[in-house]
Amino acid sequence: MKPTGIICGLLFASLLAIAAHAVEPDEMLEDPALEERARVISQDLRCVVCQNETIDESNATLAQDMRRLVRQRILAGDSNEAVLAYMVDRYGDFVLLRPRFTSQTLLLWVGPFLLLVGGAFAAARYIKRPVVTDLSDLSDEELVEVNVLMKETDGSDSQ
Amino acid sequence: MNPELGHFALALALPVALVQSIIPLIGAYRRDAALMAVAGPAALAQMLLIGAAFAALTQAFIASDFSVVNVYQNSHTSKPLLYKISGVWGNHEGSLLLWVSILAVFGAAVAAFGAGLPDRLKARALAVQGLIGAGFLAFILFTSNPFLRIDPAPVQGMGLNPLLQDPGLAFHPPMLYLGYVGFSMAFSFAVAALLEGRVDAAWARWVRPWTLAAWSFLTVGIGLGSWWAYYELGWGGWWFWDPVENASFIPWLTGTALLHSAIVVEKREALKSWTILLAIITFSLSLLGTFLVRSGILTSVHAFAADPTRGVFVLMLLALAVGGSLTLYAIRAPKLEPGGLFAPVSRESGLLINNLFLTTAAATVLLGTLYPLIAEALELGKLSVGAPYFNTVFIPLMVPLVLLMGIGPMMAWKRSDLAGILGRLKGALAAVAIVFAIALALSGIAVVDIAGSAGIALATWLFSSSLIEWAGRVRLFKGAPSDVWRRIRSLPRASHGMTVAHMGMAILIVGVSGSSAWKQENILTMAAGENVTVAGFEITFNGAELIQGPNYESLQGSFSAKRGGSSVALTPERRVYDQPVQQTTEAAIHTTFWADLYVVLGDGPTDDRRYVVRAYFEPFVPFLWYGILMMGFGGLISLSDRRHRIGAPRRAAAVAEPAKA
Amino acid sequence: MDDIQEKRSPRRWTAILPVVIVALLVGAFAKRLMDVEGGQDPQQVQSVLLDTPVPDIDLPPLPDRGAGLTTADLKRDVSLVNVWGSWCVACLSEHPLLMDVAEQNDIPLHGIAWRDEPSASVRWLARNGDPYDLIGQDPVSEAAIAFGVTGAPETFVVDADGIIRYKHIGPITPDAWSNTIAPLVEQLRQ
Repeated sequence: MKPTGIICGLLFASLLAIAAHAVEPDEMLEDPALEERARVISQDLRCVVCQNETIDESNATLAQDMRRLVRQRILAGDSNEAVLAYMVDRYGDFVLLRPRFTSQTLLLWVGPFLLLVGGAFAAARYIKRPVVTDLSDLSDEELVEVNVLMKETDGSDSQ
Repeated sequence: MNPELGHFALALALPVALVQSIIPLIGAYRRDAALMAVAGPAALAQMLLIGAAFAALTQAFIASDFSVVNVYQNSHTSKPLLYKISGVWGNHEGSLLLWVSILAVFGAAVAAFGAGLPDRLKARALAVQGLIGAGFLAFILFTSNPFLRIDPAPVQGMGLNPLLQDPGLAFHPPMLYLGYVGFSMAFSFAVAALLEGRVDAAWARWVRPWTLAAWSFLTVGIGLGSWWAYYELGWGGWWFWDPVENASFIPWLTGTALLHSAIVVEKREALKSWTILLAIITFSLSLLGTFLVRSGILTSVHAFAADPTRGVFVLMLLALAVGGSLTLYAIRAPKLEPGGLFAPVSRESGLLINNLFLTTAAATVLLGTLYPLIAEALELGKLSVGAPYFNTVFIPLMVPLVLLMGIGPMMAWKRSDLAGILGRLKGALAAVAIVFAIALALSGIAVVDIAGSAGIALATWLFSSSLIEWAGRVRLFKGAPSDVWRRIRSLPRASHGMTVAHMGMAILIVGVSGSSAWKQENILTMAAGENVTVAGFEITFNGAELIQGPNYESLQGSFSAKRGGSSVALTPERRVYDQPVQQTTEAAIHTTFWADLYVVLGDGPTDDRRYVVRAYFEPFVPFLWYGILMMGFGGLISLSDRRHRIGAPRRAAAVAEPAKA
Repeated sequence: MDDIQEKRSPRRWTAILPVVIVALLVGAFAKRLMDVEGGQDPQQVQSVLLDTPVPDIDLPPLPDRGAGLTTADLKRDVSLVNVWGSWCVACLSEHPLLMDVAEQNDIPLHGIAWRDEPSASVRWLARNGDPYDLIGQDPVSEAAIAFGVTGAPETFVVDADGIIRYKHIGPITPDAWSNTIAPLVEQLRQ
């Protein structure tokens, strides 16, 4: 090994000791079903020392420890909700990336729906309301009458 | 060029920008042609001055002039030339300089090519551009000067963050800024129209090319950012709903709405005040993006220079630009001539619903992004809003929009016939049913399989109905080949562009649904000579060795992946850059047309010479990039429509008007 | 302007709505910026564990340092629990203050050596001084997560019944000590 290689090797050793890398093989559970649950839970938990990363994708050591803890809780028989609640008990709602539906998050969850409905009402102001929606129910005589009436209105409009 | 000259040119650009804004405004108010005529030369002068400043900084970076603090902090002699140049905008000060440079180029383009514009509209639009430029120039000169010197000059620079030394990220900011700043044109025209008190079809035609260009660049810019995240962050994710990503996505959504509502102004002289509002909002959201990235107010992985002083300055700019324009809107918009009402089933109603969903989606993403801040201001406690929230609320808003996208282009203006359109789309409905069935048969009936297949079915709907619409226009399969060819040539470019962009969206949806539903991963430790199978690929690890790059050392793994008879080599790397010392992961990606095989070399070697290996099968991910490129390309095709040529006289546009069905 | 056609002005309030929303947002941003400038890091998380009993912990000791740290140790007297690590730069800047506190007061000051090599912790204490009464090792963040820690250093004030009364995030400044923590400890002791 060349000297640069050795230096580089040392650098790797020291840096990699710090930089873990998302989910590691030695963290994973034997049972694929349980491991899958752990992954799902991890994607809803925020790495609290990071900026908007899930613990599932974060390289931070605390995220790694939180992933381990999630798996411990699963092995201890906790349900997914119980594992999330365990974290919330310690870190508060801050730790959840999918905020729970509470009075604090009412606006967050209902907001999009309100915006859509409010927007729909605003948009409806641009839409013409048809006077007669269905002409097929009318008899032939009635249709003739309608046509005559429409012509009359058209005429009176243009004057 | 030397840095002092650059600094001087930049300092001179500020008064020129003020001249460009104040004198033409007075001229337009007094109807004084001479005063209004100042705008054009001032805009050209501004471009030359800012261009000179940009050239001076670039020159300092290329020459590694470390007496300039900005170069010292962000460059290094060992960097490849490309990254010396991209280092110019890979930092706060330089990226702002790029921002105003693009702004100046756009302004000069209006001055040079806007001969067909009415004098007052042109003078006012350039004046507003000048005001925006003046604000940003003041910001640069007073808080973020890139030309500061240090004495004595250090012999070596501190280097550029290795994550930024990457082709995807080198071009990401310029593309994004071309988009953001392009929307400033729509903004300037909107404010000019409000000052004028008049919005008409011609106005919409002038605004549309700028919006189209901005939209295309922003589309590609966001795509580049996503592509970079995909291959660089080492686990194959491509969208994170991070605040900074959202900051570019929200103006994209409103910009898309603006593109469509401007058509209604052009064709029906309706939705005027709404379109003006969208133009203001879209650029305001671009400014908000700039503010969020630089203020440290929201936490993000991408946050730039979190500096509250600068944050205060940008916030003031934001308040002035947005507050001022919206106040003007509040005064003038109610006086704009209202357009006629729409029949419930008509092209214009379809575009109205398109706008309803796009702006609701934009507002929703904005709400989620700012909610932690709002909650804190209202003392509701600390909250996080992440990807799970956005996926839950965003997808239901997009599904009806995409369903409508299949029908909308077939709708006639004023009054349309829904039953007739659905009749023409029988083939599309059949294609949806067949594709959905095949997708389920190939994947399975788990919830993810159904969701993924439904996504692909939705994309099929959009793709096939776009195709049917286009085929109907050119009478494909119906007319003689020469007739079809003639129709293809005479169909306005804007129609072709729409078809390509909508099809691109369909392909993007395939990528989004397929990669979300059927990604496979295998995380394990491997020693040389061992195998692992992922999605039918047999991957053999051949070992790892240290190699020397230009400004980094790398541990390079060697893998071969075999499927069927053929074998490909994969060489993922873990790099340690020397200036600054930082580690990056370079995934090895083997792309087939349908999917990527994505291999990452993780920790190791352990004492028994094993390495952590992450192998991912990423189905349909290439479709994301195809789709985004097609969308951007569709925008450019549309831009080349002769009706959109800058300053094309009104009469020429009327002649080019197609005989619409 | 003559171009403007004076018509009935439809729904003037909807035209005013956007500027009102923006004004509110700008206000919220301004408040946030002032908070950031005033030293309130947007990252900081208030502990939900305030006024709740300390979590169950049973941490092993550092080499040659007698007992580790358990929950029972935190229920005897008003005490301070400092989360620290030899890898943590901010902890080094806080350390002289902790040394003074240990010297001038009789408040029990316990340490949690968070995610640290035991030998590195020992060396660090030998070089910089050891203000702690009891130290527990926390190699996999078991205690750190139980205490809701988001970074080092963090310091908890625990009353004699083992209830968490206060959490200080980041290095304790002399100001924070004399104006907040010391008076709180005094008050809890009465």
